[in-house]
Amino acid sequence: MSIDVETKKTVKSITKKYKYGFTTDVNSDRAPKGLNEDIVRLISKKKKEPKWLLDWRLRAFEAWKKMKEPNWSMVKFPKINYQDSYYYSAPKPKKKLKNLNEVDPAILSTYEKLGIPLEEQKRLAGVAVDYVFDSTSVATTFKDQLAKLGIIFCSFSEAAQSHPELVKKYLGTVIPYTDNYFATLNSAVFSDGSFVYIPPGVKCPMELSTYFRINAENTGQFERTLIIADKDSYVSYLEGCTAPMRDENQLHAACVELITLDNAEIKYSTVQNWYPGDEKGKGGVYNFVTKRGACRGNNSKISWTQVETGSAITWKYPSCILQGDNSVGEFYSVAITNNFQQADTGTKMIHLGKNTKSTIISKGISAGKGQNTYRGLVRMGPKATDGRNFTQCDSLLIGDKCGAHTVPYIEVKNQSAKVEHEATTSKISDDQMFYCRQRGLDQENAVSLIVNGFCKQVLKELPMEFAVEAQKLLGISLEGSVG
Amino acid sequence: MLKIEDLHVNVENKKILQGLDLEIAPGEIHAIMGPNGSGKSTLANVLSGKDGYEVIKGKITFFKNNLFDLEPENRAGEGLFLAFQYPVEIPGVSGMNFLRTTMNAVRKHRKQKELDGVNFLKILREKAKFIKMDEKLIKRSVNTGFSGGEKKRSEILQMSLLEPKLAILDETDSGLDIDALKTVANGVNNLKNKDRSFLIITHYQRLLNYIIPDKVHILLKGKIIKSGDKNLAIELEKKGYEGMK
Repeated sequence: MSIDVETKKTVKSITKKYKYGFTTDVNSDRAPKGLNEDIVRLISKKKKEPKWLLDWRLRAFEAWKKMKEPNWSMVKFPKINYQDSYYYSAPKPKKKLKNLNEVDPAILSTYEKLGIPLEEQKRLAGVAVDYVFDSTSVATTFKDQLAKLGIIFCSFSEAAQSHPELVKKYLGTVIPYTDNYFATLNSAVFSDGSFVYIPPGVKCPMELSTYFRINAENTGQFERTLIIADKDSYVSYLEGCTAPMRDENQLHAACVELITLDNAEIKYSTVQNWYPGDEKGKGGVYNFVTKRGACRGNNSKISWTQVETGSAITWKYPSCILQGDNSVGEFYSVAITNNFQQADTGTKMIHLGKNTKSTIISKGISAGKGQNTYRGLVRMGPKATDGRNFTQCDSLLIGDKCGAHTVPYIEVKNQSAKVEHEATTSKISDDQMFYCRQRGLDQENAVSLIVNGFCKQVLKELPMEFAVEAQKLLGISLEGSVG
Repeated sequence: MLKIEDLHVNVENKKILQGLDLEIAPGEIHAIMGPNGSGKSTLANVLSGKDGYEVIKGKITFFKNNLFDLEPENRAGEGLFLAFQYPVEIPGVSGMNFLRTTMNAVRKHRKQKELDGVNFLKILREKAKFIKMDEKLIKRSVNTGFSGGEKKRSEILQMSLLEPKLAILDETDSGLDIDALKTVANGVNNLKNKDRSFLIITHYQRLLNYIIPDKVHILLKGKIIKSGDKNLAIELEKKGYEGMK
């Protein structure tokens, strides 16, 4: 679990502080700055979308114009000028791509720098990857193999054309286009994202993975992901993010909708490592994400696991609506804030069906001047007989200028429901640090070891290939936080 | 290998060590005995580099290094090991992981090859067996929920894995039953060789029945007031600290 010191040194020497701080020179095809109905129409047209989808976007845009930016969270940031951003940007496609050899070499080399060479990954990890580069998917692998099982794994725009009936049936049914300011904005201008459909009875044989990467300057990112697990099916989905170093703040407002039918399960794992801003709090990504899953079917399950180390601001509450009887929702989270980072994150577990269960394990780590808030809602509806929830929120503080906050909401409308909430706040003690150092670990490795121990309950939920990366990230994110 | 000259140390402006001299040659076992408050643990902590100790005066040479120039982790790398009086719990970090990480950290410092999982396990099993440490215990979080005896055993296991040149045992015998005491002593005796030295800090003569020291020093009010061979410990047992003044 230790961080290889060589690696860290190399990383430092290349990028000074931020591991993935570089940009790729690809000629961007982008719409003019600003947001109006024409831009919405342009995006839809560029994507060759059916009319109903354009209408849906326009309804969302109308709704958005009447909405106000939410201000109830703990995060603070200067007012965003939504008219000063680009809402459409795509790498210039030379022609329709058939295989990886046709992908722009500059893009491929970006992925190499990230340590995820496509060839290597295809062969070794057995991961089918749907790369989103800026806003347009450039290559989709393993599609044939998945297609044989009837699994659909493609970009959202492709799905809108090739499987409009599925998209139309499920889009916006978990996160309505009027849901909240950022989700509504996303509904109007979403660029692309992933679409997954697992047919009845199919267990997806590999982890499906998308690497998101923000690349063009000043491009707001509006990904839209929709995953449907039909009856008796299973899928594990990985989402990993890195971003190049930027001075100006970048807005990111993604939407992820998950749907499980009877006996189906979706496991959704995220490692978020966008540019957090520098030591003085300059720059960094604003990450305003709406993620929600609906356990529609009986005995279905949705499990969210997230490791949030990046972004200047994280505003994110992956939630579960437990509609089906005996359905299960899980939320495992590690959020790190260092320097001037702010995170307001948590989950909502809405128990509607009988005998529904939910588990929340949240680990917040604050260092530097970071502010970390857990905000969660557990609601037991009147019909959620024998509903159960267990919540554990642990906060770890490093230094004396950071903050940890816990804001749990509990609403119980059913006598037979049981809700448990545990919370702890601790500091890395001098004695722990000294003990590790006496055994030969330097300060950064000692912190990394202790923090990884603190987060173990969550990290063990991650798929193998993610777990290693996540452990390293925790160490890198906390560099310079002690001593 | 270790030379302490005229060491004066304050803790929160209070004089604790007041002119301590000590020299340990390779392969020697030294015992320091002293009553509560005589500065025994302060000496251990200053040697290992813990914060909060103000060195007013004096010099410590460890091999060719000025010890004060080295960070605690580099002292460990150079071969200084402290078996803690109160080993610290680290929740969530498995003993396995901790042992391998620390072992590889000091190996790296010593320009030795890092151990892969298989070789590490082989060495670990062998050492753990010798000091009768249950493997289940090693899989648990470091020291978390361990009994006093288990914690001390775990310190000895770490000592044997990290292969120090100078091991300081800070009251490792306190709170141990006779069987655990023998195991600890066995561990030390087994590690003893012509290059490896030990500094054993203790209240009682008991441990010295099992580990035969080359030299015994009596520490009183921050100064070594008397040095001798193992018989000094026996004399002390009879007369008490008051009688030694």
